Amino acid sequence: MSVNLETMTKVFGRPDSLTDARFTYCPGCHHGIITRIIGDTLDELGIVERTVGIAPVGCSVFAYRYFRCDSQQVAHGRACAVATGIKRARPETIVFSYQGDGDFASIGTAESIHAANRGENITVIFVNNQIYGMTGGEMAPTTLVGQKSATTPEGRDPKLFGYPIRFSELIAQLEAPVYVTRQALYDTKHILQTTQAVKKAFQNQVDGKGYSLVEVLSACPVQWRMSPTQANKYIAETVTEVFPLGDLVDRG
Amino acid sequence: MGERLLLRGNEAIAEAAIRAGCQCYFAYPITPQAELLEHLAHHMPRLGRTFIQAESELSAINMVYGAAGAGVRTMTSSSSPGISLKQEGISYLAGAHLPAVIVNIVRGGPGLGNIAPSQCDYFQATKGGGHGDYHVIVLGPSTVPEAGELTMLAFELADQYRTPVIILADGLLGQMMEPVELPDPIDPSTLPTKEWATTGAKGRDPNIVLSFDMDPNDLKQANLVLQEKYRTITTNEIRYEETDTEDADIVIAAYGTIARICRSVIRMARAEGIKVGLFRPITLWPFPYEQIKSLSEKVRTILTVEMSAGQMWEDVRLAVAERAETPFYGEMGGIVPTPRSILSEVKKHVR
Amino acid sequence: MPRGTVVIDADRCKGCGLCIAACPQSVLAFSGKLNPSGYDVVHMENPDACVGCAFCAMTCPDIVIEVYREKVAS
Repeated sequence: MSVNLETMTKVFGRPDSLTDARFTYCPGCHHGIITRIIGDTLDELGIVERTVGIAPVGCSVFAYRYFRCDSQQVAHGRACAVATGIKRARPETIVFSYQGDGDFASIGTAESIHAANRGENITVIFVNNQIYGMTGGEMAPTTLVGQKSATTPEGRDPKLFGYPIRFSELIAQLEAPVYVTRQALYDTKHILQTTQAVKKAFQNQVDGKGYSLVEVLSACPVQWRMSPTQANKYIAETVTEVFPLGDLVDRG
Repeated sequence: MGERLLLRGNEAIAEAAIRAGCQCYFAYPITPQAELLEHLAHHMPRLGRTFIQAESELSAINMVYGAAGAGVRTMTSSSSPGISLKQEGISYLAGAHLPAVIVNIVRGGPGLGNIAPSQCDYFQATKGGGHGDYHVIVLGPSTVPEAGELTMLAFELADQYRTPVIILADGLLGQMMEPVELPDPIDPSTLPTKEWATTGAKGRDPNIVLSFDMDPNDLKQANLVLQEKYRTITTNEIRYEETDTEDADIVIAAYGTIARICRSVIRMARAEGIKVGLFRPITLWPFPYEQIKSLSEKVRTILTVEMSAGQMWEDVRLAVAERAETPFYGEMGGIVPTPRSILSEVKKHVR
Repeated sequence: MPRGTVVIDADRCKGCGLCIAACPQSVLAFSGKLNPSGYDVVHMENPDACVGCAFCAMTCPDIVIEVYREKVAS
């Protein structure tokens, strides 16, 4: 049975807002899915020409290669401060920061909280995979109790290193943020929900509504020592117990 | 055709920044530069510009990075410990070829130190401070009017060379009041567009602001570009002032507040028949090595005076080599030497 | 004629298998053929079962899959 593409419509392809560059991510890493979702969002809202993206330090340091928009690559943890600078200087641009759990929730704690507290009209994408991928699999602030990592070889002991931080819940306590949500990508249904969440987070900025944060529970198959499909199952069954999914704030 | 105002050093710098067309200012309070923040907190919003009291000096320098990358004139200010926090950001600014103005109203150190004036951040400002092979232009005003002038110059040089510029002042200069004549303000919207900035990639290829390259050969090239820039700045932008050096037996090398005090020292010394001159670097980077070297071929002694353990003294010695004597007189801890104490030091070297 | 089909950029496939797990029609499987990066590339094992739902493409972290669907006759 042969298939004739000429009688068919293309229903899914690479977003125009992404370049052709190959992602440097590991097989099964969710960074690529999130990047594709952001690309689709920029396409759908027609905003790529006025968008400025911020690439962090971490696995996604090369994010500036993937988007067809202006970008700034910035110091580790500082993306929310840089986003503040860009947005205040050029309020007509759409500014998004893209950060991992070290960048957003460890070294960037102060910048992350205070940009949210000031209600900067920006969109923050927080990729939470409970580990530091780029540097070799060390503990993150979001690493689960008992989870093994390069710096918790016997498993995270809360007596020594505390508990995983639910950062979105911290941000949700603040007066200013208009949208704070935690999403996941472990199956199609959740990919579609994350897509809606990311779109809302960008639309809020377009509408001038204020600060939006989308935390995305993501897989790091290599540092978790799991296959990509095992990693998705682990997120569905275990990670969501510690980091509940859903909207924490939605004043849109 | 400017206005003449009685201003503190901190205020003169702040007002000069406004008139230079600074669009965004981000800073954290620290003594002794609080008046700089307060002046800008008051005026920037009224002018439709950005003022943010950031959560830390570290955040502030990164807000500067963002605004600079987005192509506007931007500034931060702090004092010594806060400037230490900014070093990462300054390295990034330099590596990414971003223009920015950073003001350091130097206080006693190291550590928390105190809030009295000092010149103990010369190394930090001129020898890098942050990581990597880079320099920033460092301007050292010695009077309140000069603080205003050099602030305006700082924005020009920053834009011209796409590089950070540090205004290295001290707590005394920050607090003292003098009449200042300031030029008419520049409207930021009349400044030339920066084609490389992240303003939204409509009708052009995306602009990327970064200081990162995983390929060693490419990073080497990037560094060579920076070094070439620094050579150009060194050729074109050295500034200094010589006072009474033509017939001097002893020349004092000093900058900032100390240089101002040394004007009295020269008067007092010459009244006693001692031929003293003053060599005052205005750019601390690029440093006037050649000019000091020439001077050292004509005078017997170049006495460096600083409020530090001897930081600029090292550059003076580098310039002079063995051609003349290079004694040092310094005060630390925030003590400001009096003209009399400097003069008695000068007398020790009179033959 | 199947209602949908996919085009897979074999060179970019990293053999992660997420698309195989996502497909509700069991269309996809590893081909056993390695691409220049050394990954076992996914292919359509049961092309007739494809309905063009794009679940595979949505989960593909490397945007390797393009999805086509039969135009509905009016």
